[in-house]
Amino acid sequence: MIQLTNISKIYTTGDVETIALEKIDLEITDGEFVAIVGPSGSGKSTLMHILGLLDKPTTGNYKLDSKEVSDLSENELARVRNQKIGFVFQSFNLLARTSALKNVMLPMMYGGVPKIERPMKAQKLLEMVDLGDRLEHTPAQLSGGQQQRVAIARSLANDPAMILADEPTGNLATHQSEEIMQIFTKLNEEGKTIVMITHEPTVAAFAHRVITIKDGNIVSDQKN
Amino acid sequence: MSDFSEILASAIEALGLQKTRTALAALGIVIGITAVIALVSIGQSAKMAVENQIATLGSNLLTISPSLQSSAGVRSANAATTLTNEDGTAIQTSATINTISQVSPEVSRRGQVTTGSKNTNTQIVGATSTYPSVHNINLSTGTFISQNDVNSQTKVAVIGPQVVSDLFGTNTNVVGQTIRINRIAFRVVGVTASKGGTGFQNQDDMIYVPLTTAQKSLFGINYLTAISLEAKSKDQIVVAQDQVGYFLLARHKIANPAQADFTIISQNDVAGAASSVTTTLTTLLAGIAAISLLVGGIGIMNIMFVTVTERTREIGLRKALGAESKVIILQFLTEATVLTLVGGLIGMVVGVVLSYIVDYFMKLPFTISLSSVFLAIGVSAVIGIVFGWYPAQRASKLSPIEALRYE
Repeated sequence: MIQLTNISKIYTTGDVETIALEKIDLEITDGEFVAIVGPSGSGKSTLMHILGLLDKPTTGNYKLDSKEVSDLSENELARVRNQKIGFVFQSFNLLARTSALKNVMLPMMYGGVPKIERPMKAQKLLEMVDLGDRLEHTPAQLSGGQQQRVAIARSLANDPAMILADEPTGNLATHQSEEIMQIFTKLNEEGKTIVMITHEPTVAAFAHRVITIKDGNIVSDQKN
Repeated sequence: MSDFSEILASAIEALGLQKTRTALAALGIVIGITAVIALVSIGQSAKMAVENQIATLGSNLLTISPSLQSSAGVRSANAATTLTNEDGTAIQTSATINTISQVSPEVSRRGQVTTGSKNTNTQIVGATSTYPSVHNINLSTGTFISQNDVNSQTKVAVIGPQVVSDLFGTNTNVVGQTIRINRIAFRVVGVTASKGGTGFQNQDDMIYVPLTTAQKSLFGINYLTAISLEAKSKDQIVVAQDQVGYFLLARHKIANPAQADFTIISQNDVAGAASSVTTTLTTLLAGIAAISLLVGGIGIMNIMFVTVTERTREIGLRKALGAESKVIILQFLTEATVLTLVGGLIGMVVGVVLSYIVDYFMKLPFTISLSSVFLAIGVSAVIGIVFGWYPAQRASKLSPIEALRYE
């Protein structure tokens, strides 16, 4: 459950102020599948980073599961990200030269999952994204679509309620995009909240709610 | 990620993933440490070699050499002939000199020595029976020149091992053989034991003959070129130098010590001069080592800084996935420490082996300065760890998204 109230983000470079987000109010309930769309520079990425606790808003309140998070310390934010949010990035961001299994185990290490439980859990997650036969492959040995599936498995490592995906299909061919979206659809059916940034209408079509952002404001918010 | 063994394991794993990068970083550390250890220890070996060499010249040794008397700034043009056999006897029998145990009057010049078809040019020393104990000379075979030989001017010679090999080759059975010094036949009565000397006064490359024979038959002179004295103990060298000096001044009727017609040099003086030379040498090598350490340090600094900065995105990702800043800093600190430790150990081993090899081939005594080892490893470790830690610390302070976007 996400509640944003009056969220603004202003970047200051020298004397120039750039308003990335302007007094955004937004509520996303558990189990939703939301696409955030908009032209580049509209502020959709900034919104995503604030939702993911990767960046702090300049002003405004953010309640995650009814708990105010805008005044948490860096370390507390790290713990919340680790436990409640799974990230999927456009450029995958897997650790190079590191096996798929170890990449998936990384958030478990930071989350304090006992060492002996990690390989089993990670293997199950990779099997779920159909990579059970690629456990020991490094990112360089995997296709883009496979790498993104490893990233999805990693986002599920600590069983978070919400998955934030920033242009998850931006670097993928059409048929690979399709696979990724099917996985998201399945995860959503299993109860995960999915929030996804995209500029591709065909990808946005998988979501149940589409929020359009322009110049730092929400210009439309409609059910699919 | 609470327990340290896990951080250590992942640090080692991270180092193993980037073998070239790790090897390059370690190489900088290895070179810095190797250079310092090898240069300092070779310098010290050279110093030790010189000191050992001086010690072989004789213990508590004082040498009186004749010098030209200068009066009113004008030096006599005559050769220094001021030291006589009588001076030697007088020092020996003097009641006022109580710090001297042995007196060895000597003449020495270079001469041509032949046997059969071989010949060599070497140092000919006219000596008495006291010579071996004053100069720490031992015999490997035969006997040294006796007082009897000196009294009756016999034509016998004791030769050094270098002369043996120059004149007789591999035949070492030389006692009883005849050699010709300046065309006069001498019978070899003994061979001195090798002292392994080198350089301008190689004691292995000398021929000893009775003092009187040398003066009358070989050189045609009646003066001495040196009187060597042995002080009773090391502590009495300075007193002995004074006693003998004033005694000789009185004997030569010279009132002003500045006009003395002789000089007395103690082994301390020689050792002091040589030691100051080798100290300069060691300082020079230490300077070179310090520059190596500086260059090595800058190398370590660069590679650590670049490799850690390169991993800013990785740091951003780890933070996004829930790593706290301190865990990230600890990880990079551990990586840097492991790297410098391994590099340091390799550098230490290579440095020690290198010094050993150089010492072996240059016939120097092998020695390792522990302080140089600690200094080299300490400096490299500090540089490596600080420059592994600093960029990681800086990157961990960035918000995850800034770090993730870092190019």
